[in-house]
Amino acid sequence: MRNIWTIAKREFLHYFKSPIAYIVALAVFLVIGIYFVVIMYFVMNQALTSGSSTAPDISIVVSPMATIFLFATPALTMRLLADEQRMGTLELLLTAPVRDAELVIGKWLGSFLFVLTIIAVSFIYPVVLNRLTLPGIDQGVMIAGYVAIILMVGTYLAIGTAMSSFFSNQIAAFFATLGTLLFFWWLVRLPTYIIQTGFINSLCTYLDLNGRFNSMMAGSIALSDAIYPVSLIVLSLIVGSVAVEMKRWR
Amino acid sequence: MIRTSGLTKDYGSRRAVENLTFEANQGEVVGFLGPNGAGKTTTMRILAGYMPPTYGTANIAGFDVVEESIEVRRRVGYLPETVPLYPDMTVFEYLKFMADLRHLPDPEEMVDNALELVQLEHRADGYISNLSKGMRQRVGLAQALLHKPEVLILDEPTIGLDPAQVVEVRSIIREIGKERTVLLSTHILSEAQQLCNRVLIINKGHIVAEDSPDNLQARLVGAERCIVRVKGDADELAPQISKIKGVQDVKARPDGALEFQFAPGQDVRPDVAKAVIKSGFDLLELTPVGMSLEEIFLELTRDDSSAKKEH
Repeated sequence: MRNIWTIAKREFLHYFKSPIAYIVALAVFLVIGIYFVVIMYFVMNQALTSGSSTAPDISIVVSPMATIFLFATPALTMRLLADEQRMGTLELLLTAPVRDAELVIGKWLGSFLFVLTIIAVSFIYPVVLNRLTLPGIDQGVMIAGYVAIILMVGTYLAIGTAMSSFFSNQIAAFFATLGTLLFFWWLVRLPTYIIQTGFINSLCTYLDLNGRFNSMMAGSIALSDAIYPVSLIVLSLIVGSVAVEMKRWR
Repeated sequence: MIRTSGLTKDYGSRRAVENLTFEANQGEVVGFLGPNGAGKTTTMRILAGYMPPTYGTANIAGFDVVEESIEVRRRVGYLPETVPLYPDMTVFEYLKFMADLRHLPDPEEMVDNALELVQLEHRADGYISNLSKGMRQRVGLAQALLHKPEVLILDEPTIGLDPAQVVEVRSIIREIGKERTVLLSTHILSEAQQLCNRVLIINKGHIVAEDSPDNLQARLVGAERCIVRVKGDADELAPQISKIKGVQDVKARPDGALEFQFAPGQDVRPDVAKAVIKSGFDLLELTPVGMSLEEIFLELTRDDSSAKKEH
């Protein structure tokens, strides 16, 4: 546990020295900010012209965040283990008294803490939204929305960490992560439009990460919706650990 | 402290190390010599717990490198060939990170001690990216020494250092070698000669010779050689020297001196000195010359094909 924390702390602090991390943070805040302003402008305009308007909920912050993180997290995770291999520092970590799983979990946790920091800063939007709407935003939906986004980015980052352990080239790790995320977020849903019943439909619906996210965004978190991303995180971290272990045998 | 038995490592179909069996004890500095691709780095990586062997076993301080890898890694200080550093960290941050990973009781103090040992205290707050190659090498060495390991494995520790730093690092290694076990690989044969109690010469994954540098010389030369330098033309002296009992193979050297061989343990130098004086020459020098470690190394690691060509 101590090793996980030591590695996570180093990764977390490293992000603050990395231009990519600032670019990702900027992209996230820029997209959410523009989206928020445009929606609020539209809603307020509607309220002014027709006398009333439906207040937007937390989804105007969390939904764009889920999409932008889909593209941004591979940039955050691509170097995690790939760069260690390129620089030769993986040899240092693998000859230190650290288990392979501790290394992979620590790397993931460091990136997760960094993204949580970005998510924490985004909390300013629900505070503003709460002040602008009457009788304020639904706190239950807000919590569910934030739990959903946290589970999603946790999954994105775990998949990214696993992919980074396979490659010594960051670009390869980036695209492998992006491809896998697009599969779980979007591609896996497509067969359900054609095959509307049976095992294939059930399987694709089960694997669809976007479906789970939308279900949680509705305001209630079903246990199965939460267990699925958590299982993906655990599975990805196991795959990452096995990939690191395999490097020793090559 | 280090004990290997039948250590073999295959990379796919290529065998990098084959049936390596050796020991290194406490208080011993063992040198690993061999040409590039001989299997030195692979062996060191196995011993440092980085990769398991394909066959055979290796023990460090009584712990198996595969079964008890974490225990082995706790006891080993390892400096790989490519010094593994994080350029975005300061020297202190980097060493503190490693101290934390090793759960050292007083990490700051241990870092300070290691920095003092490699004489880098003044650069503790400098970023690693701004350090020279030699300084980086010393940071790598500090990392390996940080936890006062029982076994120190150093893959070409003096590479890239300036002559003054080489002397410092060698003196550190010599000092550590008095109490602990040091296994180091080097291309600099004089370094092995100066530092090591024992030398393992490895070629194509096999140990081709193992002994102290002095014994290796004696064993491989088979006979002792001497040079004799006199004032005047030494060629005229050659027939006189050849007549002495036990002297063989007298030949003139390009520098004007004479070189001759004699069987080990049968020191003919007093007789040679007397013969020189008796012949009316002024004796300037009578020195034994050994086969240098370079010559031994080349002899042992010479490719079979090139050896055939020469004959």
